[in-house]
Amino acid sequence: MAAATLVLKDVSKSFGAVRALRSASLTVQPGSIHALVGENGAGKSTLIKIVAGVHRRDAGVFELNGQEADFGSTAESKAAGVAVIYQEPTLFPDLDVSENIFMGRQPGRSWRIDKGAMYAEAAALFQRLGVAIDPRRPAKGLSIADQQILEIAKAISLDASLLIMDEPTAALSGVEVERLFNVARQLRDEGRGIVFISHRFEEVFELCDTVTVMRDGEYVSTERIADTSVDGIVAKMVGREVSELFPKTPAEIGDVVLDVAGLTSPGLFRDVSFQVRAGEIVGLAGLVGAGRSEIARAVFGVDSYSEGSVRLGGAQIPGGNPRAAIAAGMALIPEDRRKQGLVTEGSVARNVAGVIRRGLSRFGVLTTAAENRAAGPWSAKLEVKTSALDMRAATMSGGNQQKVVIAKWLATNPSLLIIDEPTRGIDVGTKSEVHRLLSDLAGQGMAILMISSELPEVLGMADRVLVVCEGRLTADIARDDATPENVMHAATHRDGHVAGATTAGGAGPDSQEVSA
Amino acid sequence: MSATLVHPGRAGLVTRLLRSRELAIAAVLVLLVLVATLKTHSFLFSSDGWRNVLLNPSMLLVLAIGQACVIITRSVDLSVGSTLGLCAYFSGRLFIDHPNLPIVVVVLLAVLMGAVLGLVNGALVAFGKVPALVITLGTMYIYRGIFLTWAGSSRINADQIPASFSNLGTQQVLTIPVLTILALVVLAVGAYVLSSTRAGRELYAIGSDPDAAQLYGLKVTRRVLLAFVASGALAGLGGVMYLARYGTVSSGAGQGYELQAVGAAVIGGVAIFGGSGTALGAAVGAYLLVTINSVLPILGISDFWQQAVVGALILGAIALDRVLSVRQDAALVAARDEAPPSGGSAPPGAAPSSPSAPSSPQVTA
Repeated sequence: MAAATLVLKDVSKSFGAVRALRSASLTVQPGSIHALVGENGAGKSTLIKIVAGVHRRDAGVFELNGQEADFGSTAESKAAGVAVIYQEPTLFPDLDVSENIFMGRQPGRSWRIDKGAMYAEAAALFQRLGVAIDPRRPAKGLSIADQQILEIAKAISLDASLLIMDEPTAALSGVEVERLFNVARQLRDEGRGIVFISHRFEEVFELCDTVTVMRDGEYVSTERIADTSVDGIVAKMVGREVSELFPKTPAEIGDVVLDVAGLTSPGLFRDVSFQVRAGEIVGLAGLVGAGRSEIARAVFGVDSYSEGSVRLGGAQIPGGNPRAAIAAGMALIPEDRRKQGLVTEGSVARNVAGVIRRGLSRFGVLTTAAENRAAGPWSAKLEVKTSALDMRAATMSGGNQQKVVIAKWLATNPSLLIIDEPTRGIDVGTKSEVHRLLSDLAGQGMAILMISSELPEVLGMADRVLVVCEGRLTADIARDDATPENVMHAATHRDGHVAGATTAGGAGPDSQEVSA
Repeated sequence: MSATLVHPGRAGLVTRLLRSRELAIAAVLVLLVLVATLKTHSFLFSSDGWRNVLLNPSMLLVLAIGQACVIITRSVDLSVGSTLGLCAYFSGRLFIDHPNLPIVVVVLLAVLMGAVLGLVNGALVAFGKVPALVITLGTMYIYRGIFLTWAGSSRINADQIPASFSNLGTQQVLTIPVLTILALVVLAVGAYVLSSTRAGRELYAIGSDPDAAQLYGLKVTRRVLLAFVASGALAGLGGVMYLARYGTVSSGAGQGYELQAVGAAVIGGVAIFGGSGTALGAAVGAYLLVTINSVLPILGISDFWQQAVVGALILGAIALDRVLSVRQDAALVAARDEAPPSGGSAPPGAAPSSPSAPSSPQVTA
């Protein structure tokens, strides 16, 4: 029997204080489609980034086609025959789509590019995938689904012995998924190894022949798909009760705090109306790129909008003015706390006191003592584990950083808290602490708008789920009625149609219409 | 077949003309020359006038193409003026100290010297991870300082240069000056490299999204170095052209050229954020920038306003870029926003809250 396409054994990897992988293992045979499943944060993405040459493993075995491998760059992994479709598309917006596919290995003799051949090959790839994208159009302005198709075309064109797909179907509709699967089966029959990462078990069971489960950075099990069941996999993935993770306690729902009406920003979102009441956690769900964060930024006034109104506690909030929003009692905790929420080089005290600086300064002078006085009680309340308030924020773990950001905003006594991906990049243990904190705040009468890509988090935490699809609100589901199925359905369907990539076959209503 | 596609080429004629920056700038250039010639016939129709119109912009043209290579990678090279001055002095010294060296060798040595200075810039930017603006601002002063220290109070004078070399500055082939031909050769090579070679296209990719370039496995460091070496080498060539054209090199040689080169590239449509622009655009931008300086006096516009006009040109070019790019983005997004995702007319406001679609992607978590 031929050597396995990919062997990973007891691989570990740490990023600073966070151990992303403890002992991960994965063996992929040639001519097989291997599912890799696990919760968000289980370490799947880190594992494939090691295979792709983005990260280097700290320890463990890594073999490719029977040979020991250790890639220092993505160029090396590509040369060794590894193709990866990343979860989030990485494209060059200024270049045309064909160049995006072939960049770094364009057809042609040594240094000259044969543009005719390049466009022809791109057109052939698009035809194989059944999409009608002009090979000469720039990549900017492509929908998320089309960008994903481009990623797939890129990976297929590599002619690799190992193809890794990290949630390739997240933004695709049924027909496109089916086409992708056909291509994957073709590649399998040619004797290539394929790793398929997905949260949709339906797809895992339809496409894959083997499944490996990971949990908290560790290998759990590998089984033949035929020998297992959805319930069996879920039990291994979770390993704990869902209620433990998301301790939302029921709170008394009060008056309307936030009232958004007809909010529109061309190209981003359209006619968005919703309300958030005191004591209520409203979850904003949807696919990445659907416009959730953009809506939150417009409500807070970071971005302006062309139509509609935002009212907080009955008072109109002017658009495009975050200072007015803060003064009125709004707080926004952004998605990427390192970039947008935290002065990572500053001390904890300085970060916490950052927003209320004006109130603390005397005659325009801000003293460290005043900062510490203001920051102390908040940090203690949130159990931020730092030895001292003058510790630099950059050296803390993700969970503690998030708490510092929350503390910073709580110091302004907001009536509405908007929080974007509250537990991204936070290890599982600390996650529940952040969740408990949000739950407590709602219990004290704060209105919370929570954006999250983690479906279990939305379903566990939110009193009400709003679903966004391509910039429109497509569903408003109460806590008791919300299921993974109806939330995902609303996230992928707009106006009764499947939202998806630019399809071949033009405007024919027959192609992929779904009876809703 | 392609009803749902967005064709970038389907815009109106005016927009297309504006989008083809090379054409728009060339049209302005032709208009300027026409107006100046109507006012003063000798602007074009005299042997001196014809030669100057062709010859004057050639040096900046070479610098602008080097600058374009660097700006496309989302950097900038502010040291080219000093590099040009230093290389002009260096080649002059070679003629004086080694009178037997063939002209070709002197030219090659000056280009090599420029390339080395460019390599220093590139290495500092690529390995130091410090923005090129700061690095090349520093080397701009350092290179100028080396020049001043080396030259002291001495300068290169026309009578110290072999006549065979200084003739190159004025010689013409079929009425076209030799230096202009040289600049056009540089343009042809630069345009070819940027549009049709792997190295050239990778410069665009790096400028368009540096992180994505890293993920694609491109040799980012090597390409950035290459861009700076090209810019330095072309500044070295510019130094030789300076010496041939003017015959004298004093300590101020090349001062201010770096900003003119950046201005020419920007006017020619090389976006300062990287990722777009062409060598031809930068070249036409350089031509326009130099020509406008000789046309304005003919039109009776004072010195003060000449500077302001150049500034307005740069601001106008950037504003035009911004407007066109915003409009293009909006058009691309709106086209996909308006079109129902999979065809057919959509009943408005039909938000499905209870799924019954068997063929749709679903989660069973």
